Amino acid sequence: MTDNNPLTNKAVRDFLAEAEEIVEHLGSELADLADSADGGDIDPDLLNSIFRGAHSLKGLAGMFGFAGISELAHNMENLLDWLRLGKLKLDAGVVAVLLESHEVLLSLVRSLSEGEHNEHDEKISACAARINACLEEPSRDAAQASPLEALGLSEQVLKSLTEYEEHRLLENLSKGKNIFSVHATLDLATFDQELARISDAIKTCGEIISTLPSMSSNLETNIDFDILAGSALAFDEFLLATLHDNVTLTLLSGGRQSSAPPATAAKGSAGSRPESPKPAEPPATPAVPASAPDTPAAAAPSLSAKSISRTVRVDIGKLDELMNIVGELVLAHSSIATLAERLRSERFSQMAVELGKSAKMLERKLTDLQKGVMDIRMIPVGQLYEKMSRIVRTISREQGKKVELLFYGADTELDKLIVEDISDPMMHIIRNAIDHGIENPEKRLAAGKDEKGVIKISSFQKGNHVVIEVEDDGGGIDIDKVKARALQRGFVQDPSAVSDKEALEFIFLPGFSTTDQVSEVSGRGVGMDVVRNNIAAISGMVDIETTQGLGTRFIITLPITLAIIKSLIISCAGRTYALPVTSVLESLILTGRDINTVERREVTQLRDTTLPLLRLEEFLCLSRRSARPDEFYVVVVGVAEKRLGIVVDELLGQQDIVIKPLGEGFRRFPGIAGAADLGDQRTILVLDVGGMINDTMRSGS
Amino acid sequence: MALRAMLVSIIESLGDFRIVEAANGFEALRLLPREHVDLIFTDINMPDINGLELISYLRNNPNYQHIPVVIISTEGSQSDIEKGRMLGANEYIVKPFECADLKSIIVKYLDDRQG
Repeated sequence: MTDNNPLTNKAVRDFLAEAEEIVEHLGSELADLADSADGGDIDPDLLNSIFRGAHSLKGLAGMFGFAGISELAHNMENLLDWLRLGKLKLDAGVVAVLLESHEVLLSLVRSLSEGEHNEHDEKISACAARINACLEEPSRDAAQASPLEALGLSEQVLKSLTEYEEHRLLENLSKGKNIFSVHATLDLATFDQELARISDAIKTCGEIISTLPSMSSNLETNIDFDILAGSALAFDEFLLATLHDNVTLTLLSGGRQSSAPPATAAKGSAGSRPESPKPAEPPATPAVPASAPDTPAAAAPSLSAKSISRTVRVDIGKLDELMNIVGELVLAHSSIATLAERLRSERFSQMAVELGKSAKMLERKLTDLQKGVMDIRMIPVGQLYEKMSRIVRTISREQGKKVELLFYGADTELDKLIVEDISDPMMHIIRNAIDHGIENPEKRLAAGKDEKGVIKISSFQKGNHVVIEVEDDGGGIDIDKVKARALQRGFVQDPSAVSDKEALEFIFLPGFSTTDQVSEVSGRGVGMDVVRNNIAAISGMVDIETTQGLGTRFIITLPITLAIIKSLIISCAGRTYALPVTSVLESLILTGRDINTVERREVTQLRDTTLPLLRLEEFLCLSRRSARPDEFYVVVVGVAEKRLGIVVDELLGQQDIVIKPLGEGFRRFPGIAGAADLGDQRTILVLDVGGMINDTMRSGS
Repeated sequence: MALRAMLVSIIESLGDFRIVEAANGFEALRLLPREHVDLIFTDINMPDINGLELISYLRNNPNYQHIPVVIISTEGSQSDIEKGRMLGANEYIVKPFECADLKSIIVKYLDDRQG
């Protein structure tokens, strides 16, 4: 049943945009929870975050009238609340119920995004029933007499503990942890940074149970906080770990392993050293009613559990449209600029100068606009990481391997579309790393490695490119096996003549696979050739480095954006082409004498390196009507570590272009990235530097 | 965030009020000395300091103890709401709430001030 009412459809889209994100996040957190349930110790922050996620989804779905989703999220929220408050133990059964409910949520949201509007009633009610079954039999072991009074907590602190915080406090006590009261007097202007520093220090060695702000003796400039924390450390150790100016520490409880007597200590100006073993109480304050305000209207900070995000969700299609318009404006501008130039040369001087000025002005504003639109498209690579961590968990569980995923550079920004398009190739690389790279625990231990394998994903900006590296500490690629396979497949006649680096390139050829049994994970008929092609389709490159026994690193180099690019316009054999400036390093003027031939390939000496050359006319099979010019240009291009000199006839100048795809029919033509409109009704081809470099390197080996 | 935005738009529709938003408890603590506030809405479950702690702070600070506080929370946290009342919260609203509830509260606390 599809609904064609555009208003409803828009509401559905708005809902989906937010709901998908929440459900996805819930999924990865639930997987984390499932992991920690195996280990026994549950991170209360994680549980809380999941609880809040379910809560937000419930509210959101309720607001948009998706009763089914809202109901299921509500049931999950109840279950999570019980877990959070310790009324229910997290066992395998509960985990299964949570994961199943999440599956159903996911399928509900997915079917909505595919335009279906059925709400899978049976599935929802089945889940709800299972959840309620969990809630019917509360484990009573958490309910014990409250030993809270024994702590000597101040009335104020005790009164403002939520049910949940009380539970955490009891939980810490029952585990024999020490309970500390940390009293801090902070500057009102900077308290949040200061408090964050103190909190971080506490979190390294314990758990923060509550943070109560209280009035400082100087209430105009200062604010006090009483932090209640649980930690396994003894007083002295905890003091050392949380040492901070203006902080007073008090031990409230004798946990099991506490040897230290109740004590307090202070560093900095705040306190006298020996102090009674009770928390610093807020000074008693007489109730002085402030004068009644006389401004008419009211203001109220309204507070919410949801984190603030000052963002607007936009359909990427709208941004594309905007980008296209900007692109056309850029073209319109360049024709105006050309016109102004021509007018000037034809001596309409005064007007021409003014037109030129306006064109310059327009150009500046256009650049701003372009940059603004471009910025909107940029998203942090971190969004990709979340997906990857889920994949790693699923696969490593399937494979019975232990894998830890480390991320670096999550805030590196990339064009949204590139992030989307890179996610499949990356997923495949990661699958490969777990499937073929990381050994099983026994093998790892035998090799003297930690039984847990590590996959490290890092990203950083490098000039006009973003580099994403996927590195594993597995067995590495067996080059001899690769060579043997290449021989068997007929890619090479004499494997001994192939260098190791060249051999690695075979992996990217279609129909190559070194494992004999095709596993469920990697063997889906998608090879590394597809990975390379997909990355090349977004003008990126992928490289491999491997060390036998130590691991493999995939290096993906991507352009930051595909939307509008500066390009170098060149001509060769009477035709015009564009080269993305991002990949251009320099250009040289050469004559025939500067070219040498090494192993039947043309090269030239560039400073102290040998630069391989590619004649564009040969690469594109162009026929020349007139003789080659004596003097010609070489455009030195580079992607990642690779360099190539492209031999062309002339350089015509720089221009901003919008690359448009050529359409399915031309997709597999290497070395062409797309077409672009030059603004004077001329359409030219845009060369794909990565593709050209790959092609040249391959034909050379 | 959705709830806060909704709350703001509802209050705005009820009259000419200036609304200051705080994303969390700390932000509220920072806003208080700078803003002249006549009515505060707060949730209980918040990431840094919870609503009860905020109320406790307000009620013990002579500068703020007169400001009416309204707790907006879910039905599940009855005992927390009760604690909030003990600490000196003036009213509470349980999500999902009706506009009328909100309106009557605003009328009750803000009209007093105008008079």
